[in-house]
Amino acid sequence: MPLFDRKDKSRYATFTRRTLMLTGGMSGVLLVLAGRLYQLQIRNGDEYKVEAEDNRVSQRFIFPPRGRILDRFGVELATNRRNYRVVIVDELASQGSEQALDSIGKIIELTPYQRDKVLHDIKANKKFAQIPIAENLSWDEFARLNLHLPYLPGVQTDVGETRSYPYGTEMSHLLGYVAAASQQDQERDDDPLLSQPGFRVGKRGVEKAYDSEMRGEAGSSRVEVNAYGRVIRPLSDKPGVPGKDVYLTIDCQLQRFAEERLAAESSACIVMDVATGDVLALASTPGYDPNLFNVGITTDQWHALTGDDHKPLINKAISGVYPPGSTFKPAMAVAAVENGLSDLQVFCTGSMTLGNHEFHCWSWKKGGHGHVDLQRGIAVSCDIFFYEVARRLGIDKMAAAARALGLGAPTGIEIPGEQGGLIPTSAWKLAKYGVPWQQGDSLSAGIGQGYVVVTPIQLCTMAARIASGKAVVPRVVHDVGAVRQPRVMPAPLPFSAEALAAVRAGMAAVCQPGGTANTWRITQAGYEMAGKTGTAQVRVITKAERESGVKSDASLPWNLRDNGLFIGFAPVEQPRYAAACIVEHNAPPHPQVAAVRDILLFAQQRDPLRLPASYPVHAAQSATEGQGT
Amino acid sequence: MTLRPYAAAHGQLSIVDKLYEINWGLVLMISIIATIGIAMQYSVAGGHWSPWADKQLVRFVLGFALMIVAALVDIRFWLKFAYPAYAVSLLLLIGVEAAGMAHLGAQRWISVGGVDFQPSELVKISMVMALAKFLHGQSVEEVSKPLKLAIPLAMIGIPAVLVAIQPNLGTTIILGLDGAALLFLAGLSWWWIAPTISAAAAAVPIAWKFVLHDYQKARVMTFLDPKSDALGAGWNITQAEIAVGSGGAAGKGFLQGTQSRLNFLPEKQTDFIWTNYAEEFGFVGCIAMLILFAVVIGYGVQTATSARSQFGRLLAMGVTLNFFFYIMINGMMVMGLIPVVGIPMPLISYGGTAMLAVMFGFGLLLSVHVHRQVEIPRHSAGII
Repeated sequence: MPLFDRKDKSRYATFTRRTLMLTGGMSGVLLVLAGRLYQLQIRNGDEYKVEAEDNRVSQRFIFPPRGRILDRFGVELATNRRNYRVVIVDELASQGSEQALDSIGKIIELTPYQRDKVLHDIKANKKFAQIPIAENLSWDEFARLNLHLPYLPGVQTDVGETRSYPYGTEMSHLLGYVAAASQQDQERDDDPLLSQPGFRVGKRGVEKAYDSEMRGEAGSSRVEVNAYGRVIRPLSDKPGVPGKDVYLTIDCQLQRFAEERLAAESSACIVMDVATGDVLALASTPGYDPNLFNVGITTDQWHALTGDDHKPLINKAISGVYPPGSTFKPAMAVAAVENGLSDLQVFCTGSMTLGNHEFHCWSWKKGGHGHVDLQRGIAVSCDIFFYEVARRLGIDKMAAAARALGLGAPTGIEIPGEQGGLIPTSAWKLAKYGVPWQQGDSLSAGIGQGYVVVTPIQLCTMAARIASGKAVVPRVVHDVGAVRQPRVMPAPLPFSAEALAAVRAGMAAVCQPGGTANTWRITQAGYEMAGKTGTAQVRVITKAERESGVKSDASLPWNLRDNGLFIGFAPVEQPRYAAACIVEHNAPPHPQVAAVRDILLFAQQRDPLRLPASYPVHAAQSATEGQGT
Repeated sequence: MTLRPYAAAHGQLSIVDKLYEINWGLVLMISIIATIGIAMQYSVAGGHWSPWADKQLVRFVLGFALMIVAALVDIRFWLKFAYPAYAVSLLLLIGVEAAGMAHLGAQRWISVGGVDFQPSELVKISMVMALAKFLHGQSVEEVSKPLKLAIPLAMIGIPAVLVAIQPNLGTTIILGLDGAALLFLAGLSWWWIAPTISAAAAAVPIAWKFVLHDYQKARVMTFLDPKSDALGAGWNITQAEIAVGSGGAAGKGFLQGTQSRLNFLPEKQTDFIWTNYAEEFGFVGCIAMLILFAVVIGYGVQTATSARSQFGRLLAMGVTLNFFFYIMINGMMVMGLIPVVGIPMPLISYGGTAMLAVMFGFGLLLSVHVHRQVEIPRHSAGII
């Protein structure tokens, strides 16, 4: 037998040659695998490491307790209360979730809507997820549920935190409210807390302005999860930083007093410390229940708020823009004295003519005020006197004084939504309308009508500045956490002492016999107030109307009636408090004057000079620390 | 130069001599790879011997014994045994169709005496044996004659079709590749090869339209664009790539792979075991493993080229290529280079039949080596 046959030799050669080719091919494929490994593990390894870590680790946020809002005496105006909830975990509900819900329905009230929502949520979520059944349970309901818990497999109770406003409507415009973060909130703020279900951010008022301070920093609990999202083991916990408490300059009692006093009106009222600008009360009626927004407002409730012609969602104290009417006259008086008109005498016949237009005094039917000087002009609120002042000064000098007193620009109060109002100048009108300023415009402005519009807080600032002679700036926040907010010592006003004294004397005379507010003066000795009344038209009275006899205000529809205003300060000697109040469309009975009288009296009776000297805020703070919040 | 191989050719070697002739270097490489595989089974079970590592160890021990026994058996016995083994495999495949149990939507398993096994794994080895036997009897010229060529094509085609209707696309592909490679090595004319490749390319759209199952098409579509179905079918591919990539250069360490432990990996103990290995041992470990594979393949090629019988050469290359095709298809599919077709990584993936079949294949390879000087006349094989 030959060792090789010839044919085998040739096919051995073929085999060897082709084996080498295949071996080359195999080597090539192994190199491709090595290259792919290089690509995945070396070149992109770091990215994949991040992705693997993202897979593995689930971060759960621990909500920090939101800082409280307290008044100047440490009274809680906004706080956190326990939220008793009941949840269901589908996979633990051994008798089925529907059965469990039926059983719960016998213990607490469960509407069919709630029941359907829970069943829907169970389907939409993982079987081990906690699905809320009901929140904000009463203690009674919570206790009953806990009693039955052993017979309700899959049902769990827990205690969360939710915002609470003990004084509800009475603080609504001041404090604002919290609600779930909107899409825009999340775009503006990259804090990951905002996207967490159940988390609340400040939406209005102090809650919005100091949201970042009160929010705190999220704690986190990192857990390892498997591919189905089930928690395998905890990895690490990072405690959050609780939000800071915000202490307001507000006096809770005074705020409530003001709100209650004006509850029936569509109105705004501010009380300010004349020396510091600290706002003690900032009322705006009607208000709304801020707790509604926290738990979720219904469509009907929302429509009721937005459809109300008394505008309960607008903070009129800072966002309401009104013609000041006669409350503008003290500013005019300051301008008059500063510009050498301190001895001006005018004879009021009830009307004056400028060009072909006749300007009337509010007293024109009675035949006018007769001889009027500056003090009497304020006391009786003589329009003719201030028309004359306006005619002589011109708008620009008037505007300079009004602005120095705080009108026509935002005061800078720490509450969002403040309006600026407008104190016109000749340049403003030319730029805005392309028409030169007319003397008639000055006359209208001289009695706080025409183009002049201001906010109630500006009027209160003006009253405080006249009373103190200093350029005080209103503020509402006293301390944030343990940090006292910086306060600039107010500069003296750029007016002579003579001018301020003359105006104060005029305002004092308002609340004396012969003055427009004499009826509502404070009679208690040592508490007397000075002030200035105002009635502002919200419509134009036509000549025809005037000739046919102006309809009585009361016969007009509510929203066309005049606004009633009042600014004041007290006590008249060495003033401590200033107040401004507007009541919309309710001028003739002048409830605003009586309200300010009562409020200023109440404020003085609570004056810290008659109480412990400094705010006991730090006592309140240490009590807070003791609670560990 | 030792004379033992020549003695073996004449059936004069004792068992001890044959044991001495076994390529122990190859045995060592295979054992290292299989040991790593068992360690991986231990790892994907979260550091437990059950449910996979213990069984895999038993199967490796059985497979090891089978390999050594097969190595000692004379290559001429395997020549005689080739057709019966092939026939039995085919019968078992038909049995799967008849009595197989449903598994993952495919009929792949058959239960004999309470033990489940996959005939499709056996047929890969027995088909290689049968083809090697048939081609042993063919000269280079005969291989390319149409009437003669029809026989090996049928030998490839019958099991390929039986496996394809299970359906088991991966094994069908490997059978086709094994068969084609053996025909190529036996000297099939380029006049056949070139038009066939062209025709295959042309057939792709037709296969897409009429042959492939929906789930197979879905795999291809997801492969082409995993992000299109990132949470569905593409999820497997994406997660597998994350596992491999996150291993980085040095790996996360033994038992530290998070992707498999937390069930992000599909089929983690079987087809996707490589991703867990890559995650825990990184680029360094993967390259080391590829080198081990390359050494095994190198031993196979060396054995094939040193054998004196065409049967031995084709058998050795057939077994080696079969091993290689497993690695190629599994490695490429779990690393996102080709669509997922359901092929395990040899010696590492969990699976009894595959382990025994691969170890038996290595036994045949070792037998070729031990009996490399045995000459077998071309016509002694007969045709069938």
